[in-house]
Formats: sequence, structure tokens, C-alpha cells
Amino acid sequence: MTTTRTRALAPYLYVLPAFLLFATFSIYPFYKLAALSLFDWDGITPTMRFVGLANYQEVFAHSPVFWRSFWQAGYITLLALVFQNALALALAMAVNRELRGGAAYRVIFYLPPILSGIVVGLIWGWIYDGNFGVFNETLKRLGLGDWARSWLADPKTALTAVAVIHMWKGFGWGFVIFLAGLQTIPQELYEAATVDGANAWCRFRHITLPLLAPVCILVSILTILGTMQIFEIIVATTQGGPGYHTEVPITRILASMLGSSRFGYACSQGIVFGLILFVVSLIQFRLSGRMERRRA
Amino acid sequence: MIDRAQRALLIQRLRRWAVHLGCHTLCLPVAASCVFPLAWMVSSSLKTQATVFSNFSPIPVPAHVENYLLAWTKGRFGIYFLNSLGYTITIVLGVAALAALAAYAFSRFSFRGSGFLYKVLLSTMLIPIPGAFIALYVLLTKLGLIDTGAGELLPRLGYVLPQVNGGLPLGIFILKTFFDKIPTELEESAKIDGCGSFGVFWHVMLPLAKPALAVVVIFTTLSAWNEFLLAFLVFSRHELMPLQRGLLVFQGAHLTDYPLLMAGMVITVLPVVAMYLMMHRHLIRGIIAGALKA
Repeated sequence: MTTTRTRALAPYLYVLPAFLLFATFSIYPFYKLAALSLFDWDGITPTMRFVGLANYQEVFAHSPVFWRSFWQAGYITLLALVFQNALALALAMAVNRELRGGAAYRVIFYLPPILSGIVVGLIWGWIYDGNFGVFNETLKRLGLGDWARSWLADPKTALTAVAVIHMWKGFGWGFVIFLAGLQTIPQELYEAATVDGANAWCRFRHITLPLLAPVCILVSILTILGTMQIFEIIVATTQGGPGYHTEVPITRILASMLGSSRFGYACSQGIVFGLILFVVSLIQFRLSGRMERRRA
Repeated sequence: MIDRAQRALLIQRLRRWAVHLGCHTLCLPVAASCVFPLAWMVSSSLKTQATVFSNFSPIPVPAHVENYLLAWTKGRFGIYFLNSLGYTITIVLGVAALAALAAYAFSRFSFRGSGFLYKVLLSTMLIPIPGAFIALYVLLTKLGLIDTGAGELLPRLGYVLPQVNGGLPLGIFILKTFFDKIPTELEESAKIDGCGSFGVFWHVMLPLAKPALAVVVIFTTLSAWNEFLLAFLVFSRHELMPLQRGLLVFQGAHLTDYPLLMAGMVITVLPVVAMYLMMHRHLIRGIIAGALKA
């Protein structure tokens, strides 16, 4: 009797520690985030004022800087979707064949992603430096000294310069996933197509792309989610400046929370931003599902 | 006839050679761009404040190795390093232990709510909650786990616990998938030998799951070592800060002391790069498992 009872209890005991942490640090904050967004609260005083949806109204109607930060993160995301992922795919295809040194490339391309955003931001801040940076020095030696500038402090270039840092840190990750996807494509398909007279472009267009489509969609979803939430590189380089030129949603949410001590407003910003990201990734999942079905 | 066949072979070989040349033309500069910033960081860390702005040689002579000693002591990177090491080890052990136990239950027992709970756990990997840190900060404040200037253990705990929780979903996913593939016959024989369910877990499942555990360990190590936002929210005293936070504190206080900052960064980066070079196969497997779970 007791043994059967303990046996029935055992799985709960195994899950309990994980569940307790999960309930405390994932489920409760999730609920708390939604609850706080309905209040006006400075984060310190014991009293909170219930304001209903006023915070949300402010996010949608009176938060130009927040939406500007949103579109700026969108700009970085667009660049990453196009250039970072194109580079990642091209590199994966290059390394996928029997290439001498391929193993070394695999190891090297994943070096930037293992570094922290802080370290990457600080190194590149030093490379981009207006007075002493290697980048400007190289331009001068190439006779392009006129182009030299303080890349991260110039409003015209700051956002793109940050995007370059982000893409440098991220392409190796896309490369690894693309390479894994490519290796699931049977080599015989390419051989058969070659025998049938298909050229390289044809093989890419009619074999690689369709079979890699699910992986492409996955990589773009994760690129969007990751890039829209860019934060550490900004903190370590521009801190949102010059002016608001490199502000992104996470820096704005932090500013509402710690800068202006408006916790409820910060929560509603976080929820609106999270919902947008969720809807975007949901649409992409739907799209990939539809594509699968059409092929079937 | 033979002549034509030979020519065809030659053309084929030339073509393959050209393709490989093209591949290297693409890959080599990119690889160089990956290594250069790191090499530049090491090189700058060996220069002095006076030469770092003028001396663009990659290998500085004389090399100012004493920068590292200064960074370690005066720059407080020694304290930051030991903190990072302690946090990372604790988080990794916590994730590995709790994820393995939970994954074992999800894989081998059917209990009420198991399917639902597993789905909820995994969904946190897919659903972005970009503002969650606000609520987490409020919670930690309420629990007294924020650094307020007194006591060391509580803020350290406040930094570690949310990260153990953060590592659980992926850890449980990787380990459960692995446990599911282990045939049950092994457990049956262990049970006949008198093992209870925990004995089976400890003596049979855990030793078999070493490859999956390695993936979990390296993955958690990287994310714990590189964590910044929570350290930014939790800590106010230098004595408790990990490296990522310490780097920005140092940069804020000694804005122009580039050689020491670079030395601090080498100290920060060296352990992860070393671990990566030793265990990159496990890491790559983890990324693919994590990404292709959907």
C-alpha cells in the first residue's frame, strides 16, 4: 500500500524543484507583468493607483520615442534578415561541399556568437572609434580619409554601425543552422539533377531552396525575435545615442522603468512589444505550415 | 576517344578547383573578420595608454604583460572573474540537476498534468516576453533578493535562481528527448536487481545521458557567463558583480584606459573561447536541437 502510494508520488517529487522555480520566476512574473501594466506605480511606494488601460493608451497614442525605437530595431532586423542571413546561407553552402579547411571555418564562424553582447560592443566601439579606431586608420591608409568619422556618434551612421556589429555577432549562428539543414538534403538529388542537365542556379532554385524553406522560415523567425530585442550591444556602444538615434524597445522599457520610475507604463510597453513579436512569429509559422501543405 | 575522356576529366577537375577557389574567396575574409577583432583585443591589451593610439603593429614590443596584473587587481577583474565563475558553476549544477530529474519524470512516468506542464515549459522558449525583467525585478525586490548594500548571500541567490529557471526549458527538452530514446529493458533489469525509481535514475539513466548532459552544461555555461541584464538589475556593489557587468563599470570609471579594458576583456573571453574550442561539437549539437525543436 505505502509502496504504491510512494510510487505514484515519485514523478511529482522529481518535477517539484523545477516546477517551484518555474512557477516563481516564470509564471508569477508573467502574471505580475500583466497586472502591473494596469497601475500607475513608481516601483517604491507601497500604494499603487489603478488606471485601467491608460498606460496602453499612452503607449499607442503618446509614445513617439518608443515607436521610433521600435522602427529602429525594425531597421536593424531588416538588415539582419537580408544581409546576415544571405551571408549565413552562402557560407553554409560553401562549407557544405567537401572543402579543405571546412572544419576550421565551422569553428571560426561560430566564435562571435559565443561572445557576450557587452564584449562584442566594447571591441567594436574601439574599432569604430572616431579618433583612434582601426577602421578610420584603415580608411586613411586606403586613401579614403574623407570617409573617416566617429561612426557610432554620427547620427547618420550610428544605427547602421550598430546593425553591422549585431550582424557580425549573429551570422555564425544562422550558418550553423543552415548547414545542419543542408546536410539533410540527400546528395543523390543533386547528382540526378546534374545528369538531367540542371545547372548550378537550377539546382539551387529547385532543390536547395524548396527543401530548405522550413529552415529559412525558422531562421528568420529567430532572427526577428533576437534582433528586435537587441540590447547589450547598444548598452556597450551608444546607449541609445546620439540623441535617440539608436534607441531600441528594450532600452526604452528600461528607461521607463529605472529612468522615469514608471513601472506600470514600462510593463504595458513590454506587453505591447511582446504581443507584436508573438503575432509576427505566429504569422510566419502559419506561412510555413501552408507551404508544407501545398507541397504535400 | 581516350583523349576526349581525359579532357573531360581535366575540365571537371578544373571546374571543381574553380568552385573551391570561389568558396575560399568567400569564406577566408569572413573568417579573418571573425578572428581580427579578437586578435586586436589581445594586441591592444599588451600596449600602454601612450602607445595604444599610435602603435598599430599587431605584436607590440615590448609586450606589457603587467597590464593583466593591473586589470586583475586595480581593475577589480579578479573579483569579477571569481564571481562569474561561482555564479556559472552554481547555475550549471542547478540546471543540470533539476532538468535531469524533471526530464526523467516526463520521459518515464505518466502523471496527471504531465503533458500540459511539459507544453507550458517548452512554450516559454517560443513566446517572447520582453518586459518580464520588470516583473522579475519587482519580485526579487519583494523577496529581498536585490543587492541593497547589506548581506551577500541573498543578492547572489537573486542572481542565480532566475537563471537556473531560465535554463530549465531547454535542459528538460534536450534531456527528455534523449531519455525517450533509451530502451526500457535496461531499467527493467535494474529494477529486478532491486533499484527503486531514483536508483534507476541515478545508476542507469544519468550515466547514459552524459552526451546530452554535456550539451546542457556547455549551453548553460555560455548563457550564464555572458548574462548582463539581470546583473545590471540585481547588483549595486562591485564585490558581487560578474564580469559582464564589471566591464561596463570599468569602462564608465576609466573611460580612456583602453589597454586595461582590453586586458579585462581577454580575461572575460578566454574561458569561454577555451571551452568552446574543446567542446564545440556538443555546442553545435545543442544549438541545432534548440533551434530545430519546432
